Amino acid sequence: MTAIVFSNVYKRFGRLEALSNINFTVPEGSFFGLLGPNGAGKSTLINLSAGLARASQGSVSVLGNDVQRDYRKTRQALGVVPQELVYDPFFSVREMLRLQAGYFGCPPSSHSYIDELIERLDLIDKADTNLHDLSGGMKRRVLVAQALVHRPQVVILDEPTAGVDVELRKNLWQFVSELHREGRTIVLTTHYLEEAESLCDQIAILNHGRVVAMDEKERLLARHPHQFLCLTLGCEGKPLPSALAPLVVKQDGCELTLKLKRDQDKIGAVLDALRDVDIPILELHTRDPGLEEVFIDITAQTNEVTHG
Amino acid sequence: MGEVYNPRGMRTLFEKEVRRFLKVSIQTVLAPCVTTLLYLLVFASVLEDHIKVYDGVSYLAFLVPGLIMMTVIQNAFANASSSLIQSKMTGNLVFLLLSPISGVEMVVAFVAAAVVRGILVGLCVWLVALVFVDVPLVSLATVLLFLVLSSAVLGAVGLIAGLWADKFDQLSAFQNFIIVPLSFLSGVFYSVESLPGIWQAISRFNPFFYMIDGFRYGFFGVSDVDPELSLVVTLAFLLLVSGVSLLLVRIGYKIRQ
Repeated sequence: MTAIVFSNVYKRFGRLEALSNINFTVPEGSFFGLLGPNGAGKSTLINLSAGLARASQGSVSVLGNDVQRDYRKTRQALGVVPQELVYDPFFSVREMLRLQAGYFGCPPSSHSYIDELIERLDLIDKADTNLHDLSGGMKRRVLVAQALVHRPQVVILDEPTAGVDVELRKNLWQFVSELHREGRTIVLTTHYLEEAESLCDQIAILNHGRVVAMDEKERLLARHPHQFLCLTLGCEGKPLPSALAPLVVKQDGCELTLKLKRDQDKIGAVLDALRDVDIPILELHTRDPGLEEVFIDITAQTNEVTHG
Repeated sequence: MGEVYNPRGMRTLFEKEVRRFLKVSIQTVLAPCVTTLLYLLVFASVLEDHIKVYDGVSYLAFLVPGLIMMTVIQNAFANASSSLIQSKMTGNLVFLLLSPISGVEMVVAFVAAAVVRGILVGLCVWLVALVFVDVPLVSLATVLLFLVLSSAVLGAVGLIAGLWADKFDQLSAFQNFIIVPLSFLSGVFYSVESLPGIWQAISRFNPFFYMIDGFRYGFFGVSDVDPELSLVVTLAFLLLVSGVSLLLVRIGYKIRQ
């Protein structure tokens, strides 16, 4: 079963094509990372799923239901945490959560679940405080609670940790991971790539309104054409062989990181080149690229294609 | 929740809209009563002996239903329009848009809340006026009917204005250049019978005139036009503005991309 399916989706704003030929699937139960630079189309994609925007062409379905035709079912299945820190200044935290549950047709018996959410998100002390009087971090927690009041099977978090302090980020990820373990599908957009790498099992990268990479995280990282060779040299100020210079991506004193093409640059050849000029190697290890490096490479390549 | 109908969602939105204006009741209920009282005092002292209205009806008594209806019109309009524009400007409209509430349910909830505010404010003004003026009451049913229908009309118009306006300034323009002139020129302060021919004819194109005239009939048993005509025009206008507001909500006019 699939949680969300995007089929041949296009979205145009006037002459601007914000999304172009989007085709991919978010598997049910996955922790799905939707990554991309600013303006790549991530939020537009989320808005299409949530019914906040309509596709110019193509279709989006959630748990097998079309988001336009069967909007009641799809909205019931989705919990969306919006990117902006929005709130209704007329109501307290508890009032707002009960109203939101009511919008989704939840009976008063759901109030015990609201109390549970208030407790799990550390909002007990602020439950009867007006939303206007809460800090940014607290407002963010309320947004998460609001998205969950109707117990959705798919939770979409649009940059939930933007502008949030380290402690809250940690707590938030812990909470979201618990939701995932409970069986929910999580769709996440974030600029914190190391967090996406540690949390997500599926990744899609968007650039200029197109999906430029989409795979399981491990496969996406493994198929990257580079690996990194980290060396500690007993260099004593000796210049590096000229053949190695183009491969160096980082040099901090005698600590050196080289970026090698898996099918072209051999580690043995690098070591031989250093020995030839009598630079001793004190320590070495290799490292596969992280999501950040993969992301930067892929977006840079697609930028070249787009602008070139 | 049913798949074709979300009554709890609609009721929640209605309750939220009512609680919203009650939380600021000094501004939304008390202030209109004071304003109306001031109108009554000023016009009583200045115009009482100058304007002739219906036989056997004092100008002050004539004025009361007009002032009640003008207050109802402005407050029912303000309820839906200000709630929507505030939600749009602050971004919290997204909570409603993400929910499985249909266009019809949204329109009904907003309009019903506007009706509640219209009736509440109307009744308050009526009670305050009764302290100063003896106003007859020929048909309570007619009075309540026009009170509810007129509030509903302005609730739907408020919804249209709230959807259309991108900022408070535009909403203020809608209110000051359309709602206020139409309500002032609808016979609140005078009987249109006393106007020159051309102005009488123009007044009959103003739907607010029929709301006020039918409402006034409920108090005095006399009116400028047949109350049945007023009822038909008010109902037709309600149908029109409700239809337009429903259409706009359904297509997501300025609220869904």
